Amino acid sequence: MNGVNQEDTHRTIERVARESYGRLVAYLSVQTHDLASAEDGLSNALVSALNHWPHEGVPKNPEAWLLTAARHSLIDAIRHQRVVSESEPTLKFLTESSMETSVSTQFPDERLKLLFACAHPAIDPAMHTPLMLQTVLGLDAARIGQAFLIAPKTMGQRLFRAKTKICSGGIPFEIPQERDLPERLDAVLEAIYAAFGLGWDDMAGTDQRGRNLAEEAMWLARVLLQLMPGQAEVQGLLALMLHCEARRPTRRGPGGRYVPLSEQDPKRWSLPLIEEAEHHLSEAFKQGRAGRFQLEAAIQSVHAERARTGRTEWPAIACFYQQLVRISPALGTRTGYAAAVAEADGLEAGLAVLESIDPVAVSHYQPYWAVRAHILQRLGRTREAADAYDRAIGLAEDPAVREFLLQKRPKSDS
Amino acid sequence: MRFALMIYHTPEEFDLRKKDYSDPHLGAWRAYYKALVEAGVYVGADALEVPETGTTVRVKEGKRRVQDGPYADTKEQLAGFIILELPSVDAALEWAARCPGASIGAVEVRPLAPEALQKGFTG
Repeated sequence: MNGVNQEDTHRTIERVARESYGRLVAYLSVQTHDLASAEDGLSNALVSALNHWPHEGVPKNPEAWLLTAARHSLIDAIRHQRVVSESEPTLKFLTESSMETSVSTQFPDERLKLLFACAHPAIDPAMHTPLMLQTVLGLDAARIGQAFLIAPKTMGQRLFRAKTKICSGGIPFEIPQERDLPERLDAVLEAIYAAFGLGWDDMAGTDQRGRNLAEEAMWLARVLLQLMPGQAEVQGLLALMLHCEARRPTRRGPGGRYVPLSEQDPKRWSLPLIEEAEHHLSEAFKQGRAGRFQLEAAIQSVHAERARTGRTEWPAIACFYQQLVRISPALGTRTGYAAAVAEADGLEAGLAVLESIDPVAVSHYQPYWAVRAHILQRLGRTREAADAYDRAIGLAEDPAVREFLLQKRPKSDS
Repeated sequence: MRFALMIYHTPEEFDLRKKDYSDPHLGAWRAYYKALVEAGVYVGADALEVPETGTTVRVKEGKRRVQDGPYADTKEQLAGFIILELPSVDAALEWAARCPGASIGAVEVRPLAPEALQKGFTG
């Protein structure tokens, strides 16, 4: 076998792993109720594929091949355990269904149940996103830790604990009842959006390994939409992410310089992505249940209008923010509202919104200080502006943002 | 919990210290210090002189060994440290990421040893 073919096989394995990983983990773990073992089984199957496929060729149905291999690995693991009797039902399932799939290659897509299990209220909310990234997308603890600014070993331990909780704590792999659905779905959407946010912040390209987390998050949202068509908030979330993604190429200037939204060239925004976002948003709005993500997408949609009209309709943005603050009064929302009010109703009005926010809560929150600095500077309150700029600079993590703010900071004092 | 943020500089970053007081690089450090104090997490900090000013002493088999320069011959050298009072290592890593030193050199985060151990040293 020559090198080119080997490379092709590797690429096929990567592609199959990427597309099937979550489906296979979900299917196996829903049946066995053991997430960690399902992942182990599948990673053994992938290793086995790397050994066999280059010589034997890629099987006709790679997914079924991986599923069978994963099952064999799981059966071996169970047989190695001492208490076989307790694992009897699992073993039975594994052997029985292993017979079936050799005939039929269809197996149900259980990823939705897996997503709901990962974002279950009994699991620490901080672990919802890491769990999803690992179980549905197959990212390793080191890469997840990187994104979350947590040491790889610590992230590995936290993931392990969360999976143990799912396994032994009786967290169900199921789609919640109608009554609980909005709240439970919200947790899933939050977790996906958090992943997008991490990828979004990672502008400097520190994440060298393949796809950006933002892309992974959009992929998850598409999977979710496919599994739950007609959920307005799912479409809202996808629209929101697509709108942001459309501006990605304009967020940095020459030499990696930070370019704020107001200075971005709308002609360089991706029109196909904007159109796709608009399609999802209007579909979502048709259902007449505006939720958090639809409102956030609507705000981005107004910004996107600038590509067509050349101006930003700030009163519309302020109005959407006002509704958003009512249903989700998070720090970020209120800061965004203040910035919009400053443009729509005047700087003093914007500052008043900022001042209504609890000062203790904002002591670590960078965007608050950046917005405050910008407003104070335009009000001619130079000393206070310089102070606020310092806070924003000191809390910034991205060197490009730091540089941008340092240049804007009034030079007069200190 | 108290954490030490140990800041490691590259030679290029040590050179930046020669710039005048209004240089944006120093502005970033000043702003970071202000943010730490305002957030109520700052305990103390100090900067070290450039590594070439260091001298390393060892006493081996009763003999003194004195050497020019720092202890370890690596590209990135200890440039200073900051002590912070924080609820968790997660919070400490967040502050480390915001440190201007993290985007050029490196910042190591380490918890201070528990008081019991420190008492053992100090009596």
